[in-house]
Amino acid sequence: MSVSENGATPLLEGRHLSKSFGPVEVLSDVSVSLSAGEVHAIVGENGAGKSTLMKILAGHLQPTRGTIVLDGKEVAFSGPVDAERHGIVLVHQEILLAPHLTVAQNIFMGRELKLAGISVNDREMNRVAAEAVHALGADIPPTTVIARLSIAKRQLVQIARALHVPHRVAIFDEPTASLTPFETEAVLNVIRDLKARGKAVLYISHRLNEVAAISDRVTVLRDGKHITTRNTAELKPVEMARLMVGRDVSHLYPDRPPKPESAPILEVSGFDVPGFASNASFAVRAGEILGFAGLIGAGRTELMEGVVGLRPHRGEVRFKGEPVVFHSVRDSMRRGIVYLSEDRKGKGLLLTRDLPTNLTLAALSHFVRGPVLDRRKEEAALSHAIGEFDIRAGRHDMLAGQLSGGNQQKLLLAKMMLLEPEIIVIDEPTRGIDIGTKQQIYKFIAELAGRGKAIIVISSEMQELIGISHRILVMHHGRIVGEVSGEAMTEDEIVVYATGVKTAGTVAEMAGAT
Amino acid sequence: MSDATMKPRTGFSWRRIDMAAVAPFVALAVLLIAGIFVNENFLTVNNLVNVATRAAFTAIIGVGATFVISAGGLDLSVGSMTAFVASLMIMFLNTGIISDPLTMLFAGVAVALLLGAACGLGNGLIITVGRIEPFIATLGTMGVLRGLTTYLSQGGSITLQNEDIENLYHPVYFGDLLGIPVPIIFIALTAIVGAFVLYRTPYGRHVVAVGSSEDVARYSGIAVGRVRTITYMIQGLCVGIAVLLYVPRLSASNATTGLLWELQAITAVVVGGTALRGGVGRIWGTVCGALILEIVGNIMLLSNFISEYLIGAVQGAIIIVAMLVQRSLMRRT
Repeated sequence: MSVSENGATPLLEGRHLSKSFGPVEVLSDVSVSLSAGEVHAIVGENGAGKSTLMKILAGHLQPTRGTIVLDGKEVAFSGPVDAERHGIVLVHQEILLAPHLTVAQNIFMGRELKLAGISVNDREMNRVAAEAVHALGADIPPTTVIARLSIAKRQLVQIARALHVPHRVAIFDEPTASLTPFETEAVLNVIRDLKARGKAVLYISHRLNEVAAISDRVTVLRDGKHITTRNTAELKPVEMARLMVGRDVSHLYPDRPPKPESAPILEVSGFDVPGFASNASFAVRAGEILGFAGLIGAGRTELMEGVVGLRPHRGEVRFKGEPVVFHSVRDSMRRGIVYLSEDRKGKGLLLTRDLPTNLTLAALSHFVRGPVLDRRKEEAALSHAIGEFDIRAGRHDMLAGQLSGGNQQKLLLAKMMLLEPEIIVIDEPTRGIDIGTKQQIYKFIAELAGRGKAIIVISSEMQELIGISHRILVMHHGRIVGEVSGEAMTEDEIVVYATGVKTAGTVAEMAGAT
Repeated sequence: MSDATMKPRTGFSWRRIDMAAVAPFVALAVLLIAGIFVNENFLTVNNLVNVATRAAFTAIIGVGATFVISAGGLDLSVGSMTAFVASLMIMFLNTGIISDPLTMLFAGVAVALLLGAACGLGNGLIITVGRIEPFIATLGTMGVLRGLTTYLSQGGSITLQNEDIENLYHPVYFGDLLGIPVPIIFIALTAIVGAFVLYRTPYGRHVVAVGSSEDVARYSGIAVGRVRTITYMIQGLCVGIAVLLYVPRLSASNATTGLLWELQAITAVVVGGTALRGGVGRIWGTVCGALILEIVGNIMLLSNFISEYLIGAVQGAIIIVAMLVQRSLMRRT
């Protein structure tokens, strides 16, 4: 595969790349090529080897076998700095910025401009940084501290930092993983611009619609192996998904349980979470799946954390018609309301502890005999949870951090289910989870609703909210600005609310005007 | 899935041994062997019993420190607290408000334990309610308690004056029970109770959870502030227990009582394999660490190569070496 689609010599090639970590081969005999002015997408499930491939091409990892060819010449990168010197830059999936430094300081970190070779030239760096950020279509003052920026803007700063190095090849490792569609569009525009300027772009994502929208060619990896490389135009997203998973995924979403008509189990009215959400009112019924859509930073997480007592709040909450006050999350747990954080690793599970410890942590009082912990009962509960939620764990004494993202989510769900909740709030239930496990999580959510649990799902993936919810509330700037249900649940409809173009108020006005 | 496949694997395997947990005991064994070559009097029952007895203060305070550190905290005030509690206990015994010496002594014991727990509660509240870093908060109380002790003793020492009580109390440090010196029994009981609480009760699980991740603990509905405050109370209680042994030993306290004991206690905890960043607590490792410290001192005393005046320097070096070893042995995740 030395000649690319348009017949030109490829700019960058990986030939028969393999990578093993100890006895485990995570990438085997994968070849990929990239030409100037081309966007080449790499898709695959988590663990398919995408990130490993990227890291090899960007000099972060050395291949066990195989070679990298740049401009037809074999090269070996000693490290990422060496790869950058050859014009290959990598935009990482995670945000790797110093939160307390400014935008400009981060962009120039490690390559500061100096005055007379001694003191840092802040004025010049701020000027250049402002230009760099502006070139990405963002308007962020260069002296802003990173911690004050939204995730989307941080991602743009990170891209600006990567592209600040003179480059010919830009590799993007799931740059939109934590972005909402509106923010994603900004990143995609950056990539279109790179392509237009004749740069070569390697784009990793598991969002197939993005891949279809932006790439010229697509390579599918599965289990570390090269499955196919095709022109994007010839491959429908559904087909891509099938190739990724190796089986049919047209039934990603389960059948929705019947929409309940009972009285609401939880009513929230005039609810404020200072600094994040204001005057929010909503209600959820037993057996209902209520979606919360919105851009990142719209205040969905903070609103729900306020409702369950994890954040200071004001406003009225009624549980089964009775006014309740949750001073801490313990109060809401006692009533049977649980919140599964979007930050599974930071707030959901003790990564350095074993599985039984994690499973029973929130419900530890159910696992005592007298004053003593009943470890047998904990083990039994874990065995039960592993069966019920299909948690793939080699051993019970594995650490939670050794589980894959999907299995961590299942463990977190099992942990909270031990509290026998009536209301389950799940924040970003499938972030960073492969498509096969997503399907399972959706099934669990639908089953729980079918058993009469009220479910609130916060998600930035509109498709998934549309796929599983009975109705969806949309937040913008800390306010609930709209509700969609039934036929009106479309991405377009949600986006106009989420971006503040339309609010329920303006709809009413327009309705009144006609 | 059948029952058999659901069971966790419990089979023994060398590869699954947690080196960080075993290392302190290996170090202890190595030291014992090394001691034989230094001096033929080292490996005698008499000498070893003496060493263990002297390790009592560090070991008992270390058990408390294991709780504090497992929960991600730190207590620098234990040395000053020992001096303060010991001084007040002696002053209380000297008041003679109860005529019967035995009753008076029991009242004194209660005073020491309650006072220790109260000092710990103070530390805990400053840290959790006042939201002050444990390092700074206990650095502050370390100065306060040391200063109060100096004030109470007016720069001199506070001596137990009632001879009846002194005679009655003497065996608690110098006596033995079934041939075992009482301080060793104190170490064993404190460690057994400590290990039970840390490993077998929901509270102990909460301590480790808070130390592993305060956020995860909070989102799991654990009362993080209460859990942390109680660790400082346990630490204070352990200081109280150590005072119970300290007072009969010298029948006096002064401004230098318990000087640098915080260094020894924290060193014992770290040498024992407890992670200083929290989340892992090893009670028996701490006891082992306290013995190691005392044996190193003992070997230095018995040997001719190193001056015993360097003991402090060696102990300081041990904590640094222990941290380096711990990091290289830590189970990676």
